[in-house]
This record gives sequence, C-alpha cells and structure tokens, in this order.
Amino acid sequence: MSEALKNTLMAKDFATDQDIRWCPGCGDYSVLKQVQSIMPELGRKKEDIVFISGIGCSSRFPYYMNTYGMHSIHGRATAVASGLKISRPELSVWIITGDGDALSIGGNHLIHMIRRNFNVNVLLFNNEIYGLTKGQYSPTSPEGKVTKSTPIGSLDHPFNPLKLCLGADSTFIARTMDRDPKHQREILLQGSQHVGTSMIEIYQNCNVFNDGAFELFTDKGSKLQETLFLESGKPMIFGAEREKAIALDSSTPRIVNISEANEGDLMIHDETNHFQAQVLTSFFDNPKDEGHLPRPFGVFYAEDRYRYEEAMEKQITGATERMGKGDLDKLLRGNNVWTAS
Amino acid sequence: MTKKVEEKQEVTIVFAGDSGDGIQLTGTQFTNTNALYGNDISTFPNYPAEIRAPQGTLAGVSGFQLKFGSIEVATPGDDCDVLVAMNAAAFKVNIARLKKHGTIIINSDGFNARDLKLAGYDTSPLEDKSLNDFRTIQIDVTKMTRTALIDSGLGKKEMDRSRNMFVLGFLYYMYNRKIEGTIEFIKQKFAKKPELIDANVNVLKAGYHFGDTSEVFTSRYNVKAASLPAGSYRNIMGNQAAALGLVAASQKSGLDIFYGSYPITPASDILHELAKHKNFGVRSFQAEDEIAAMCSVIGASFGGKLGITASSGPGIALKGEAIGLGIMLELPMVIVNVQRGGPSTGLPTKTEQADLLQAYYGRNGEAPMPIVSASTPSDCFNAAFEACRIALEHMTPVFLLSDGYIANGSEPWKFPTADELPSITPKFVPAKTTDETYLPYKRDENLVRDWAIPGMKGYEHRIGGLEKEIDTGNVSYDPDNHDKMVKIREEKIAKIADNIPLQIVNNGAEKGDVLMLSWGSTYGVVKTAVKECNAKGMAVGHIHLTYLSPFPKNLGDLLKNYEHIIVPEINNGQLVKIIRDKFLVDAKGLNKIKGIPFSTKEIIEVIEQKFEVA
Repeated sequence: MSEALKNTLMAKDFATDQDIRWCPGCGDYSVLKQVQSIMPELGRKKEDIVFISGIGCSSRFPYYMNTYGMHSIHGRATAVASGLKISRPELSVWIITGDGDALSIGGNHLIHMIRRNFNVNVLLFNNEIYGLTKGQYSPTSPEGKVTKSTPIGSLDHPFNPLKLCLGADSTFIARTMDRDPKHQREILLQGSQHVGTSMIEIYQNCNVFNDGAFELFTDKGSKLQETLFLESGKPMIFGAEREKAIALDSSTPRIVNISEANEGDLMIHDETNHFQAQVLTSFFDNPKDEGHLPRPFGVFYAEDRYRYEEAMEKQITGATERMGKGDLDKLLRGNNVWTAS
Repeated sequence: MTKKVEEKQEVTIVFAGDSGDGIQLTGTQFTNTNALYGNDISTFPNYPAEIRAPQGTLAGVSGFQLKFGSIEVATPGDDCDVLVAMNAAAFKVNIARLKKHGTIIINSDGFNARDLKLAGYDTSPLEDKSLNDFRTIQIDVTKMTRTALIDSGLGKKEMDRSRNMFVLGFLYYMYNRKIEGTIEFIKQKFAKKPELIDANVNVLKAGYHFGDTSEVFTSRYNVKAASLPAGSYRNIMGNQAAALGLVAASQKSGLDIFYGSYPITPASDILHELAKHKNFGVRSFQAEDEIAAMCSVIGASFGGKLGITASSGPGIALKGEAIGLGIMLELPMVIVNVQRGGPSTGLPTKTEQADLLQAYYGRNGEAPMPIVSASTPSDCFNAAFEACRIALEHMTPVFLLSDGYIANGSEPWKFPTADELPSITPKFVPAKTTDETYLPYKRDENLVRDWAIPGMKGYEHRIGGLEKEIDTGNVSYDPDNHDKMVKIREEKIAKIADNIPLQIVNNGAEKGDVLMLSWGSTYGVVKTAVKECNAKGMAVGHIHLTYLSPFPKNLGDLLKNYEHIIVPEINNGQLVKIIRDKFLVDAKGLNKIKGIPFSTKEIIEVIEQKFEVA
C-alpha cells in the first residue's frame, strides 16, 4: 500500500491554502519545499502524518502542511509530541522547532524526549537569533554577539546543539543547511527512515535579524573550505580541491593534506561509531580562528535503540495477557467487600 | 479473666507516634477491619512532609485519626476518645484533643529522659496530676515486642519495627475485633520475607493476648455495624476513588486513558493507582516536569485519547499556560488538583481549599473552564467521572478539585456496578461522506465543536494557540472575530449548566434563617453541624456545591430562601467572593487556614452566633 501511496501523492498535495507569512528571502521557505517534496516518499497516508511546532518563526510550519498539525506553545512541541506518540504510536510525527524554542525555553523537554527515543523527526531550525521577537540573541548565538538585548555583546557561551543531543543519548543526529536543497532532502529522507528520535539541525538564514550567520558554510567561495560533508564508509575529505582530510592523532582530530597522509590514518565516517560521533560533534570551532576544523554536515550518528512508545504498548499487551482485559465491575468491587442489608 | 463488653455508638481514636513508627499503616489496618465489620467510618491521616523527620521530635509526629460508628459518621471527629501515643512528642502534640475522661494508651518506653527532652518536657507528663482526668494505660510496648520475638533471630532494630502491631493487636482486643484480616494483609505485604510475616503476626497476637490476659482494663467495647443503606460496600481512599472514577469514565466512553503527570504531594497516589491498571489500556506517563505532563496530555487528547493529568497547586501554576492552550484548542482533558496548603511550596502534607480562584482565573486571557469538586473520599469517584463526562461531551479542559484531606482520608463506599454508570458519548466527527470542507470550529447548539483526530481521512486540519477565525479555525487577527470568539468560549462553558443536575438543599431547612453554602472537603463537617443545629430547632439549611463552574442554574433562586448565607472554607475566602460577585448577595465567609479541617464545634459556634444576634 505504501508504494501505491508514493505514486499517487505529490508534493503539492501537502500544501495548504494558507498564505505563507515568512519574510521574503527567509530560509524557512527552502525547508518547507523540501519537506513537502519528501512527504510522498514516506509512503504514509496524509491523515497519518502530524506536524507539531512550538513558537517562533519556523513554528508556523504546520499551517502550511496539509496534514494534521498543531501550533502549540513555546518550547513544548516535544512534550506535546511525546503524549501523542505514546497515544498513537502508528502516526508519523514531525516536530518543528527553533534554537530558542528547542534549546532555551524547551531545553528540558528536548533532552527527555531524546533519551526516551520516541520515533519522531525533529527539524531544529537554527538561525542563531530570536526572529519572531525581533532580534535578541539565542542560546546558539556566538559569544559577544551584538543584538538588541546585548548592545555591547552577549555574555552567554552558546550551546553546541548536536553535542547536547548526543549527550542526551540521541539515536540519530544530523546537520544540514537551507541553502543546499539536495543535501537537505537527502538528510530529511534518512531522518524519516530512522526508527527513533531523529534530530536534524538545519542551519537556516534569518535574512532580517542575523543575515549571513552561516555564510561561510553556504557561500560558494568558502563552502568547500569550511564544510565537511560526511559520507558513510568514506574518508572525511574537504577543501576547494578536495585536497584535505581529517586524521585522528591519538584521538585528537587534525587536518592533513591527502597527498602527505597515509591512507590508513584518515578518519573513515562510521555512523554507528559513538566515539567518532563525539569527535565530530566537537567540530564546532569559530571559523575565524586560525587552524579551525571544518563544520561537518550529514548524518553524524545513528543507532537502533528501543522506542518508549513500543515498550509502553508491550507493557499494556503484557498486562492484559497476564491479568485479562480490565473488568470494571471487578475493579470497583476491590478485594474487601461487605454487605449491608 | 472475662471482661464485660460495653456498647458504644461511635469512637474516635488518634494513633500518634514517630513518622517511622508505622502509624499510617496501623490506622489503615484498624480502619479496614472496622469497615469490613460494617461500621461507618471517616479517617484523617496527618503527617509531616519530611519522610523521616528527626526521631522523637515534635516535628516528626505522624498521626492517624479515625472515627467509627454504628451510626452515620461524616467526619473523623473533633476530639478523640482514645489517644495512642508511642512517645512523648506524640503525646504532647495530641493530648489537647483527648476528651475529658478519655483513654490514653502509652508506650512507656517512648517516655525516657531523651524522649522527654526532645519533646520539651522537664518532667514526665505521665506523673502530672493533669492526667487524673484521663484513664491511662501504660505498656512498655518495646519490651513486650522484643519478648514476643525473643526466638525470632531478628536484631533489636528489626524487632522494634513490629511495635505498631502490638498496639494494633491490643486495640483489636479492646474493640472486640478479629485479627485475621490484618494477618492476611501481613502475609501479602511480606510475601517475599517470610521471617517478617512470622514476626509481625506473632507481635500482633501478643498484643491481642496481652489485652485479654492483663488487667489494665476491665471492659471491652463493641461498636455495632452501622445501618447503612442496603448494598455492597468497600472502604476507599479519595485518591484511589478518583483513579477508579477516571478508569470508569474511560470504560464508559470507550476511550483509553492517557495519564501524564509529575510526582507531587498529595496527588501522586492517583498516578500510583492508575499505573496498576495497564490492562484497562491506561497509558501512564511520568513526565520530566509539570509542564511536560500537561503538554503530553494535550498531545494525547489531540490523538483521541482521554487525556488526564493531576497535580497540586504549585504544579497547576506551572501547567497554566498549557491549560490555556487546551482551552484555545477546545480539546477534552481533565486536570485534577489535589489541593494542599499554599502559597508556593506551602504545607505539602496539609490540606487547604485555596486554589479555587486559581482554577477560576489562573490563566492569561479570558480562559473560562468548568470546575467540578469532590466532597468526600468516595465522592472523588463521582466527581472524577463527571469531570471526564463534561470534558468529552463539551470538548473542553475540566478542573477537578480535591484536597489532601479527602485524598488521603477514607470511608465506606457503596460502589456502583458498571451498568449503573451512565455512558459517555465523545464528540467525534462522523466518517466523511461528502467533499464538503471540514470546519474544525463549527459548533453544535451547545457551541461544542466536533472532534477529528489524526487517522481520520479527509479531516486533516491544523489547530494552535493563536486566535481562530469562527468556524474555519484559521488564524485570525480580526478585532470583531476575537471579540466574538471570547464570548463564544464563555457561553460554551456557561451552557454546560444545561447538562448538569439542578442544585438541591443537601441537608436541613429548605428555607430559613441561615444557609451554610459549602464546597469540597468541608461537606461532612458542615452536614454534621447543620444536623445538630436542626436538632436544636434552628432553621439552618446546607447547600453543598459539586459544580463550581458553571453553577447549577437554580442556585441563585435557592440562595434567596435564606436570611444569612455563610460560606465555610479552608482558605481566606474564595467561593464567598465568587458568590457575592455572581449573585450580589451578602454572603459571609467562615474561614480557617491552619492546614487542618474544621471541627464540627467551630461550625456550630458560628451558626449559633447568627441565631443569638437574630
């Protein structure tokens, strides 16, 4: 049946009649387009798909998806989705959140959802700024960031979102960007296929309040130098001429020139290697620093671990087998009854 | 020696000791045995927030009060006939509540120099002449327990843990009750530790036999079974009854329960009870915090389950924003508040009714919601069932207010059969047959919208916390639309009054000089007080409200039948404000904010004052 659905549903079937209200030039448009385009690939019926968001610019997303959807409250999309997933494990659930929504006000729910490993997909739109409230620094803004609320520079040390997720025992972490639709589409598809919480961080440009935050990674002139696209089973190669690679020097990653390196020293990307994932998530240098490591994109880590909602179903089935289907009269009577006449 | 048996109509006993002494267990066992015997009963556990407060101190005293009778028992009693004091601190905290000529059962081992010092006594109160008014039975419970266990191979510490059983056995003898029920309980409780079964049973029997053989008292007492209305009964605690009411509503509506909550005193026992009933399809989820608990319930309700959460005041405060979302989404869900002393952390293990205004007004914006309240431990069942019914039939979050007093208190419950309970019809949309666009916020004559859940083909829709356009549910910033929607949401709640019973005068005079208008856990004590005043010839009526929002349609008319309206509450005056606001009547508050329930005496005094003035 899912094959049949793939053939009948098109990206446009997932668009709604609502006017899209993001600023012209916003990176969110690109993500919406890619998400709509992969929906038919899920092989799921429209009515079995749910988009849940919190508050923030990107959280308007559900209004533009012709599926079931909820625009909830700030930071709580993850908690709403947890309850939905426990109640309806069979649904395809997508969480739309941002750096403020997921990592500041909703940080607690995010880490707890991750450790429970519900089978949901999280799209974390990271633009390193508060857009909807018109330009305050966010928990991913770099140190010293000058914004409306930090006129002489932010004092906050930023979160490294994927490292945070890995620290919470995430079973799938990946990074992509709004300006690379092809890569984005590939990562969204991989995330949708992962059974468990898929954490996908999307570098998304806010052209109004934080324009160019990720320019070094997305601009043609610097992209090849500054980014590292991870490919499973392949060495980590980057550079304008693909002349550089990453090697591990007694567990410390170093940039090496391929021409000078032993092939055996190069790091080979292995999504199942937790240690390597820890190393990769720490590739978080300021691109302005001398000798900095490139910023990785792609799937960092994927692991199969039990899902909370499946375990819950098992407990319910098990209890029902053991005790029999609940008998209300028996429950109301209890064990110690007396009769008054 | 054969002792004569004296008949009593009702007896109030306070068990008191250190919070590690097993007082709550002793009280519960004594309660269950008397309930099974057929007495009417009301209980009042009263314990400190600390799990093990420093031993022997006044702060660490745990108490369990119960009244059992052959006549109707609606309160755990004002003063007690019997005080069991396991140590000097327990004695000091409770002695003022012992009736003149009452009986004190003392564990003399709890009155050594150290115990006296910790309780703040310079000399032993047992040697005080003031005790002459009472009958004192001194037993060295520790010594007797250890003697009974001399061959058990247990260490002294382990032996001493059974001391409560000695006292319980002794009281069973004194009140002419069988010990078999408790033996059965001990066997189940210690199924995995057979040596403890033997120890506890031996000490229980030792206590019983000590009552028989010693000559510390000459007569036993008997409290005959009460003549309760015919039917089958069980004993039940409030939180347990609430949980069963929720399960019953789930069964009668055909919707499985999703229960998302975060542990908090005194609401956690609802979670514990529901977690046992997975074979009823109950999905219980211990969330990471109160906010997540509430939001997970919203997700579950969106998914078509019966979403429920419970907490106490501080947790409800945290849930406030999400409850507002529930109101905006117009999804069914139940929020239980087992109230405790506030504000802030307040008095976690003490009772209060001070969250009524929070339930009424504690959200941003115009956010009305229905409020149902429970009046006794067993009534928590009915109130929980009603809260679910209103939520599902009117597509709205509903508050259920209970409090620590009835949540932990217990009483006999004439439980219903499943057939006797009404069925509940959730407001699901019918299966789609036409191409007509689904309007999520189109309403029926009660202003209730239809419920379409994920998986229903052709009903895909988006909802959220932003203001909605009438009918379509699309985001709308239109000024007139907002004005109308605020009023629609208000009227929708007001219309629930058409779907709840009319108010009755629960007790006493239908018309008269004084009306006692109460809600929640004050039911039993107000009823008792009103009956006593009626017996003295005073024209006092008692109206007790289950439905606090909206009020029953006839309430305003009923209020006109009385000269004076008194609103007794365990708070600083909350229902009284709402009554004055809503009905423009000169209602007066009677308030107590001590973390403990009213005594009957306190209510009667105020009623009598009204008559003296009149």
